Amino acid sequence: MAKAKKAAKKTSAKKSVRKIARKRAPQGEKRIHATDEETMDQIDSTAKRIYDTIHKSGRPDLKLPIRSLSNVSYDPKRGYLEIGNQNKVRTLSVNTVKNFAQTLRMMSLSKELISNNDFATKREAYYISKNWEEAKFDEQPESDTVMDDIEALFSVEAVNREQLRFYPEEHGGSVSGPLVVIDQDNTGRVARIDCSSFGSGAYSVPTSVEALQFETNADFILLIETGGMFQRLQSHRFWERMNCILVEMGGVPTRAVRRFVRRLADEERIPVYAFVDCDPYGIANIYRTIKVGSGSSAHINKFFCVPSARFLGVTPQDIIDYELPTHKLTDVDIKRAKDALKNDPFFKSHPAWKKAIEQLVKMGVRAEQQALAKWGLNYVIDEYLPQKLEHPDKFLP
Amino acid sequence: MSKGKQGLLFDEGGSSAVKPKAPARKKKAPQTKKSASTRTKAAPRSKKAPGPAPSAESMSKKQREISVSEFFAKNRHLLGFDNPAKALLTTIKELVDNSLDAADEARIPAEVDITIDQISEDRFRVTCTDNGPGIVPKNVPLVFGKLLYGSKFHRLKMSRGQQGIGVSAAGMYGLLTTGHAIRVISRTAKNKPANRFEIAIDTQKNHPAVKKQDEIEWDRPHGTSVEIELEASYRKGHHSVDNYIRQISLANPHATLRYRAPDRANDMDLTVYAGVTNELPPETAEIQPHPYGVELGVLMQMLRETKARTVQNFFHTEFSRVSNKVAGDIAKLARVPANRKPAKVDRKEAEALHKAIPQTKIMAPPTDCIAPIGEELLEKALTSIHPAEFITATTRRPVVYRGNPFLVETAIAYGGAELSADDAAIVYRYANRVPLQYQHGACAISKAVAATDWKKYGLQQPKGSVPVGPMVLMVHIASVWVPFTSESKEAIAHYPEIIKEIKLGLQDCGRKLGAHVRRKRRDADEEKKRSYITKYIPHVATALQEILELSDKDRERTVVTLTDVLERSRKM
Repeated sequence: MAKAKKAAKKTSAKKSVRKIARKRAPQGEKRIHATDEETMDQIDSTAKRIYDTIHKSGRPDLKLPIRSLSNVSYDPKRGYLEIGNQNKVRTLSVNTVKNFAQTLRMMSLSKELISNNDFATKREAYYISKNWEEAKFDEQPESDTVMDDIEALFSVEAVNREQLRFYPEEHGGSVSGPLVVIDQDNTGRVARIDCSSFGSGAYSVPTSVEALQFETNADFILLIETGGMFQRLQSHRFWERMNCILVEMGGVPTRAVRRFVRRLADEERIPVYAFVDCDPYGIANIYRTIKVGSGSSAHINKFFCVPSARFLGVTPQDIIDYELPTHKLTDVDIKRAKDALKNDPFFKSHPAWKKAIEQLVKMGVRAEQQALAKWGLNYVIDEYLPQKLEHPDKFLP
Repeated sequence: MSKGKQGLLFDEGGSSAVKPKAPARKKKAPQTKKSASTRTKAAPRSKKAPGPAPSAESMSKKQREISVSEFFAKNRHLLGFDNPAKALLTTIKELVDNSLDAADEARIPAEVDITIDQISEDRFRVTCTDNGPGIVPKNVPLVFGKLLYGSKFHRLKMSRGQQGIGVSAAGMYGLLTTGHAIRVISRTAKNKPANRFEIAIDTQKNHPAVKKQDEIEWDRPHGTSVEIELEASYRKGHHSVDNYIRQISLANPHATLRYRAPDRANDMDLTVYAGVTNELPPETAEIQPHPYGVELGVLMQMLRETKARTVQNFFHTEFSRVSNKVAGDIAKLARVPANRKPAKVDRKEAEALHKAIPQTKIMAPPTDCIAPIGEELLEKALTSIHPAEFITATTRRPVVYRGNPFLVETAIAYGGAELSADDAAIVYRYANRVPLQYQHGACAISKAVAATDWKKYGLQQPKGSVPVGPMVLMVHIASVWVPFTSESKEAIAHYPEIIKEIKLGLQDCGRKLGAHVRRKRRDADEEKKRSYITKYIPHVATALQEILELSDKDRERTVVTLTDVLERSRKM
């Protein structure tokens, strides 16, 4: 215990930065995440409960919320896919004893990381488990699942994976535009990063964005699906021309990108527009996840999505209006689209989306955002985006 | 050895198709065709193409009788002498089959000594000595020196050999490849002398040429010893002689086999498959053909040769299960007068009679003519050869295909150290207690094994093939006339009735096996779960110790308590 207290003192500097961030947070979002003490308390009390149950000759259990689209609901007023109250109770038995052992060992590792004010990437945690003899993980997906389980277990208490000190491997997307990010590294040195001065490169979103502070006067944030399109807009200084912040998502955006955009949008009160391919994946996976979160990480959607985002394009109607070259929808595309119409609470509650997806399925084709190059490489900069941005009210919800 | 009753010379193709009492023409069709094609080849028409066209008269000079022996000398593959390795196996097979058949028929518990000596790289001497009834001296040359001579072809009785070509073909092969005549010693009783023969075959005339015959001293009171020298090669593996002898002992649990392999260290180095029972297989009755299996040509032949005076009497006496009334019904249905002399029946009437047979209800043939090995003996024999963890056998009731009664027996040996779990099951195929080693793909048994759904019994099975598992599958078909696909008797023809019976037998064994496999899997699961407790509980305790900073004593207490809790919850 003494060791833990010492460690807590060490982290106090970091905490003060967070306090500022929290102060600036808009109303209704009181607690983004737990403090280190709270996280460790959660681990301790869970372990204690299990220990006590065992010594009362009972069989301990863990109650985990079910993480899937079947256990989420969507209320446009709240703005995100909210996890339902279905739980699965995992009781310690012969069949679950391995999982129990691994979960507890992972919690113990987490506590140690917090105490030492360190972190482990998901891959590193997987390798640490190799010391656990029989309880080791054979493949990384197994350890990732256990991490997600612990995160879900504590989600009610606003503990998420980053608080448990398990960081994802991939960094966030790229950012450029009129934005200054104020960051602090492990040594405590504060840096002011100007996202408009990366030349032909771009600022890269860090894995943990909670401590960042922003300064900007941009008019909107443009989220871009592909690296290629981002490259074009960035190198032609589109952000300067339209006074916007460009964010490259690279497919389905990571938690860090989602959180980064969310904080930026909320704190600076600037609108967010998404510019993705016109296909079921771009709409139902990429856009839906950035807008309202995902089914499998429903327990963290509350903080890790951007409910204010709107869909700039490419819309099915754009394919017709701009006479874009197309590809045929594959069977997987069609299945994805039908699934979205039938099971996704987000699309189900927006008639405009229902209409758009039905239109796409009827047309039987898809178009990539780079298809606009048919009209000239810079057509997207000179014509398409300016035209679209004149009527943000016409964007899909 | 087979005791011959009448000699039979194969003449030109045509009439040979009609043999008295030969129920299945299928057997003979290839012979007829082949001899016809050989004849065409013999006439060198194409070579003389530029000259004047040959007249019927000139051609007739070239048309001459082909002796069966000559035909088979040129078509040895038909009898299973395609290559040196197979020749060795076929020779052993014919000798052992004959020894076992003779002993069984004489109700003597068979004891057979098989010795193979390697003389040079590609030359072997095979000796097979039995304790059977022996053969009377005057028949010995015919039995061993004339093809298609024997006691088995003309009757419907369950026996290993069927056609009477095997042993003389082996002798002929030896003669052709080494120039050595077949050597036979035979003695019929203690008070009779033993006779020694050296017999060659005149392939032109299909006639034995006795090179030497004398009386000798022999230490056996009765029995036959045959020695054949032949060009061959000795191999190990699936198609090996070793494997064959092991398999034949499996289907003949009453017989004792002593085998000296060519690579033995000395004569004391031998493999003995001792009989696992003193009980001889039940004696099987010889039956008359059943009308349902008879073919038109055969029927006409029988009508010509019968001693019966009327058609009605002919059906009653020449066939099994035909009462006088049923015989009358057949005649009436065919609109042939019941009192017509059989010899006077013309082609048209014969055809009408043949058509009337299937329309008449006739009792199934008697089934006392087939002797199963029996479930108990099958299991015993399998155990002695494959000490597996689970053994089961099923003997089906006799049924009929085309008027021929047959029965199917199946057995499974599963598990044990010798059998690999990742390989396809080993399938032993038997017909009348004789193992079939070649042409498994063409055999009805293989088809039935692949067509059975083994997944139901907890085994893996690639689509349309033999199941995978540590398993030996044995299928035995016993019949008075086993329908082979060729003269070399390597595969059983695909009769739906036969395939259906095999599948039913396999399913019966499969169900018993399935119960065993499931029980075993359950036990393994149980064991695995038990090991889970001891494996992972310490980790639960260690993690709790780390988080809650417990003492080592507390940790150990947790392990004990939790183990107790889980053990208890499992029993509930």
